[in-house]
Amino acid sequence: MANNPIEDEKRVFITGNEVVVWAAFAAGAKMLYGYPITPQNEIMHYWTKYAPEYNRDFLQTEDEISAGFYTIGAVLGGVKTFTATAGPGNTLFQEPMSMAEMMRIPTVSIITQRGGPSTATVIYSQQEVTMTCFGANGEGFRIVYSTADHQELYDYTIKAFNTAWKYRFPTFVLGDGYQAKMKESVEMYNPEKRGVRMVESKESIGTKGTPGIDRPPAHLRNTYNTEEELYEVVMDLAKSYEDVAPEITEYQSDKCDDAEIVLISHGIVFRAVREAAQILREKGIKVGYFRPITLRPFPEKELKEKTKNVKKIIVIESAYGQLKKLITDALYGSSSEILELYKPGMGLTSDEIIEKAMEEVSVKCQL
Amino acid sequence: MSTVKPPMPKSWYEKTKPHKFCPGCGHGLVLKVLGEAIDELELQDKAVFGCDIGCSLLAWDFFNLDSIQTHHGRTVPVIAGITRVREDLVGIAYMGDGGGYAIGSQHLVNAAMRDEPVTVILVNNANYGMTGGQMAPTTLPSQKTETSPFGRDEELTGSPTKGPEMIATTVKENAYIARGTIADLRKLKKYIKKALLNQIEKKSFSFVEAISSCPTNWRTNAEQTWDFVEREMTKYFDIGEIKKPDEEEK
Repeated sequence: MANNPIEDEKRVFITGNEVVVWAAFAAGAKMLYGYPITPQNEIMHYWTKYAPEYNRDFLQTEDEISAGFYTIGAVLGGVKTFTATAGPGNTLFQEPMSMAEMMRIPTVSIITQRGGPSTATVIYSQQEVTMTCFGANGEGFRIVYSTADHQELYDYTIKAFNTAWKYRFPTFVLGDGYQAKMKESVEMYNPEKRGVRMVESKESIGTKGTPGIDRPPAHLRNTYNTEEELYEVVMDLAKSYEDVAPEITEYQSDKCDDAEIVLISHGIVFRAVREAAQILREKGIKVGYFRPITLRPFPEKELKEKTKNVKKIIVIESAYGQLKKLITDALYGSSSEILELYKPGMGLTSDEIIEKAMEEVSVKCQL
Repeated sequence: MSTVKPPMPKSWYEKTKPHKFCPGCGHGLVLKVLGEAIDELELQDKAVFGCDIGCSLLAWDFFNLDSIQTHHGRTVPVIAGITRVREDLVGIAYMGDGGGYAIGSQHLVNAAMRDEPVTVILVNNANYGMTGGQMAPTTLPSQKTETSPFGRDEELTGSPTKGPEMIATTVKENAYIARGTIADLRKLKKYIKKALLNQIEKKSFSFVEAISSCPTNWRTNAEQTWDFVEREMTKYFDIGEIKKPDEEEK
């Protein structure tokens, strides 16, 4: 890969926003369109600082709507392009992403969630799950990775470019302000050197030859004459999405088989859940965990399988039931009792999770 | 019966003709001179045509050109996104007065300020056609529409937007800005050709507004339609070149 700033593997101690930039460089992204919004700003700052050195480009647009549509234009032109946003910017961003979804345009977006709708609450939040997975008019044929730490931010940012270009659905890396701003150790690498072949980008317009003479013109559209025509397009889209979903879905789980309670969480909250589950196990309480890594498509089958003998499930999130909606939908018909621990816009500690789990187990012990 | 077909620009896509616009609509005429300009400048292999939502979307398969139909007001960022990464292509953003001066005005103004290498062609028919004839930024004072049934009241709604004049105050030295009309197609074609050439040669922003007709929503017959285009609209909107690249002016 030409101009790849990361040739040799190295361990660094940097912020999440910086991680995203180096991962995008490593993935071969050539262009970033963006608009300032906290907590993703440093993605633009670092990218613009290093872009000239590595022959990459940047444009600060007039708003997020524009950033999204510029991204679509650049992707149609065949250039790996990405954007980053958060909160109210993500709201505006839903319009271009609905077009990308309907027209199978491989966009990559980094979302650093913030509390909302509000200003200043820019650190902890998982309140952009529903919007990122299902925003705008349309059906939500998107790919959403929810990361829990900096290594995952690096790995899944690279992966997002491959997933987007391979499957041609808009792809999102869903982090949060906490991940964006904190420093953590991360192993940076050149994906090609680890045997990860980066999917080549390809233009949708402006290919060789003259349209109408050497080749048919590319007439890309999102306009349909009848409801029946739209129905067919959406049903085809649904089929394509469902066909590839099993290849895309990812999850992580532990000790669900004999568990009395399974804790379910995603993103950074998972770190507290993992710690809580470990402490509870050490105390002899049968606790397991399940964590969807892809929120869209959702690892429905795997969740059902892992929780089939479980009496109680606790959904733990920094939102008021956005993850729980995905869980209840996936577990429809299950006899497990689904409980919740919601702290919208706040962080969760392992102690709080342990306390909640202890209230629900049949055999209590003194911690 | 005569077998002679009316001449069509080479860059038109014959299979999609007759086109989908209402009888008497000005879009066909604007797209005809745009097609001729593309033919004469031999741009068929490098022009990318983008259309907005609104009546302009009916042009999504109009040409033998790579085309993309976008969202309401969002054609400029899509086309600029393409030309930013593909200098080999000539980007044409085609929209109506609503797409350019209302919902998409922030994109139009900012693209102009950034001097994006795109050619914007904006068709001004003084109302929102596709949605059933509501008031547009360009609706004339006292003109009746579905949302100004007693006539546009400038006290309440402001004055009609003079887009090219507004854009001319923000652009850089090499921008080209003009307003033509379907009542003078020769001149309109000249402006469109100059706009495209300006994008190609100066890598600069180019903008042409075309005064056009909407007999359907105006509820006018042929004579009244033409009278409105030729006389009423030009009372408010001046025809001519509003900004030429500095070199040309010297």
